[in-house]
Amino acid sequence: MSEVILSVRNLTANVDGQQILKGVNLEVKAGEIHAIMGRNGSGKSTFSKVLTGHPDYEVTGGEVIYKGENLLEKEPHERSLAGVFLAFQYPLEIPGVSNLEFLRVAYNARRKYQGLEEIDTFDFEDLIEEKLSVVSMNPSFLERSLNEGFSGGEKKRNEILQMALLEPTLGILDEIDSGLDIDALKIVSHGVNTIANSDNAFILITHYQRLLDYIQPHFVHVMYDGKIVKSGGKELALELETTGYDFLDEQQLVEVGV
Amino acid sequence: MTSSLVSPPTNVSKTDIYLANLLTQSKQQKPVFNAEFIDELRQIASLEVSSQNFPSKKDEEWRFLDLLPLLEYDFKLASAVELTKQDIVPFILPEMAKSCLVFVNGIFSPVLSDVSALPQGVYVGNLTNLPLPQSKQIVKYLNKTTNLVAQGGSDVFSALNTAGISDVATVWVNADVEIEQPIQVLFVATQSPLTPLEKGGMLIQPRCLVVAQRGAKLTLVEYYGATAQGCSDTAPNQAYLTNSVTEIYLEDNAEVNHTRIQRESGKGFQIGQTAIAQARSSRYTCNEVNLGARLSRHNLTVNQVGEQTYTALNGLTMLANRQESDTHSVVSLTKPHGVVNQLHKCIVDDYSHSVFNGKVFVPKAAQLTNAVQLNRNLVLSSKARVDTKPELGITADNVKCAHGATVSQLQPDELFYLRSRGLSEDQARNLLLDAFAGEILQRIPVPSLQERLGQCVACRTF
Repeated sequence: MSEVILSVRNLTANVDGQQILKGVNLEVKAGEIHAIMGRNGSGKSTFSKVLTGHPDYEVTGGEVIYKGENLLEKEPHERSLAGVFLAFQYPLEIPGVSNLEFLRVAYNARRKYQGLEEIDTFDFEDLIEEKLSVVSMNPSFLERSLNEGFSGGEKKRNEILQMALLEPTLGILDEIDSGLDIDALKIVSHGVNTIANSDNAFILITHYQRLLDYIQPHFVHVMYDGKIVKSGGKELALELETTGYDFLDEQQLVEVGV
Repeated sequence: MTSSLVSPPTNVSKTDIYLANLLTQSKQQKPVFNAEFIDELRQIASLEVSSQNFPSKKDEEWRFLDLLPLLEYDFKLASAVELTKQDIVPFILPEMAKSCLVFVNGIFSPVLSDVSALPQGVYVGNLTNLPLPQSKQIVKYLNKTTNLVAQGGSDVFSALNTAGISDVATVWVNADVEIEQPIQVLFVATQSPLTPLEKGGMLIQPRCLVVAQRGAKLTLVEYYGATAQGCSDTAPNQAYLTNSVTEIYLEDNAEVNHTRIQRESGKGFQIGQTAIAQARSSRYTCNEVNLGARLSRHNLTVNQVGEQTYTALNGLTMLANRQESDTHSVVSLTKPHGVVNQLHKCIVDDYSHSVFNGKVFVPKAAQLTNAVQLNRNLVLSSKARVDTKPELGITADNVKCAHGATVSQLQPDELFYLRSRGLSEDQARNLLLDAFAGEILQRIPVPSLQERLGQCVACRTF
C-alpha cells in the first residue's frame, strides 16, 4: 500500500468571518491524482488556499496532516519547501522581478532546505533550459518580468514550469484549464503528466470534464457548500458533465427534509 | 489707509540670526582663485542671503520639510583634513579609478584625485589649475544657471554657497569631444578634529561646474559620502551640513549622463542644488539616488534654453529610521519640441518621510512639448510619511503632457505568491523591493555602482 501524503479531516475555514469550508475530508496517497469539481463558490479554491496557508483564510477546525506532519502549523514558504505546490488560478504579475531570477531564488531556497548546495546562474540556466521543454516554453520568457504581459495560457504554462522545477510531492492545480485553448490545454496537461509519478500526488480543481480527458484522475470528488459530498472514479466526472450539479440541490433538500 | 511695505526691522527672528551666522561662516572660506568676477559673485550672493529669511514651513517651497532640526547645531566652516587613499576606497568606483576628482570637506585633494585616464580635450580638475582657454571663459558659466533658477524665486542656500565660493570642481569637455570614460567627482565629508562635538557641526560647501560644449558627450558620477566604519549610512559622531551647488551646461547637441548619489552619514544634513541649462538639441539624463543623511533636500532645476531638448530625470529615494528627504524638481521649458521623461520613486520605512515636488512648466512658446512625469511611492511602515505634489503648468495648446503619483504598500497577494514558491517573508519582501528600486538603478550607466547600490538596497531591507 502506498504512503498517505495528505489527510484532511473535518477541515473548516472562514474568510472575512464567513464560513466557507464546513468539514472537508480527503485522503490522498502517493501516485494518485484527485479531481475536485463543483460549482463556483462551493469552496474549491478556498480549500487550495487553506492548504497553502494564504493569510486571508482562517482555519477554524479540523486537521491537515501532510506526510505525517501538521501542515497547518507551517508558514506558507515552509509548506512549499516541504513539497506542497499550488498552481494559481490567477498567477500574479510582478513587474521588475525577472522570471529567471525568481525561478533561481525559488529553486535555491528549496536546495538550501534540502541541505544541498545552491547552484549558480550558469548551472541554473542549463537546468531551466531542460525544464522549459516540459511546457514547450520559449526561453525568451525567462528574460521577462514574472508573468508581466503574459497571455492567460503563458501564465499557466509558467506555473507548470515552476512546478516542474520545484518537483513537489503534492501539486494542487487550481483551475489550471480555465481560459486555455485546446493547444495550451494539451501542453499544460502534458506537463503535469510528465511530472506525475508514483511518489507524488496531485489535486486538480476544475469545472470541466475536458481537462480530465488529458489528465486521468483516479478519484473525482464533488464539493458542495464547503464539503465533499460525493466521491467516485473518473466516471463521476462524465456523469456530472451530463447531469450537472442540480441533483445535489435535490439531495440536499431531501437531507434537510429528513 | 496705512500699509507698510517694509516689515519692521525690530523682531529679528532666531532663524534669521541663524542664517546670518551661516553666512559669516560661509564667507570665511577664502577664494583660491583671485579674480574680480569671483569677488563680485561672492558679494552679490552675500547681499542676497542677507535680504532673505531662513526658509520655514510657511514658504510654499518648504511646506513639507521642516528645517528646524538644523537649528540644533552651530555649524562652523569645515577645515581641511588629510585622508589617505585607503580611507576613500569605499567610494572609488573601479571604472573611474583614474578619472576621479576628490574633495574632502569641500576642499580639493590633489593627492587623492587621479585623472590620468582622461583623453585630450577634457579638463577635470580644480579652479587653480584651470588651463588658460577655460579660465578666460569660465566667467560665462560660473553661477549663471543659478541666475536662471532665480527667475523662479531665488534660493537662499545656493546664494549661501556662492557667498563663500572658493574652489570649483570643474569638468570641462571641449566641443565635439565624446568621452566613453565615465568621470567621478567625489565629495567626502570627514570628521574634523577641530570641531567640537557638542552641538557643533561642520559646514561644507561643495561646488561643481560641468561644461559640455557643442557636440560634447560625457558620463558623470557625482558622489556624496562620509567616511565612517561600514555602511556610510550609519552615523559617525559628528553632525555636518553639506550645502552643495552643481551647475551643468549643455551647449548645442551636447549629451550628459549625470548620476548623483547622496550617501551622507546618518548625522549629516544635505541641501543641494543641481542647476542645468540645456541648449538646442542637447540631451540630459539625471539618475538621482538618495540613501543617506538625516535630512536632505535636492533642488533639481532644468532650464531649457534651446529647441528640441531631451531631459530624463530618474530618481530613487530610500529612507528608514527618522530620515527625511525632499526632492524638488523644476523643468522649465521655453522652446518647442522638448521631451521630458521623469520617474521618481521613493521607499519609506520606519518613521521616515519623503517629499517629492515636481514642476514642469510649458509656456506658450514651448509648443509640441512631450512631457511625462510620474512619482511612485512605496510605504513600508504605518508610521512613515509621503508628501507628493506633481505639478504641470501648461499654457501651450499643442502639447502632450501627463503626470501622476501613486502611494502604495507591498501587495499581500504578491508576497503570498512568492512565499508559496518557498521564499521566506524577508526574501519575498526583498525581491519586491529590489524590483521597485531596480527600475531606477538599472538606468545607472556604471555597472559597479549599480551593483553596490543594489546591495545597499538589500542590506537595508533585511
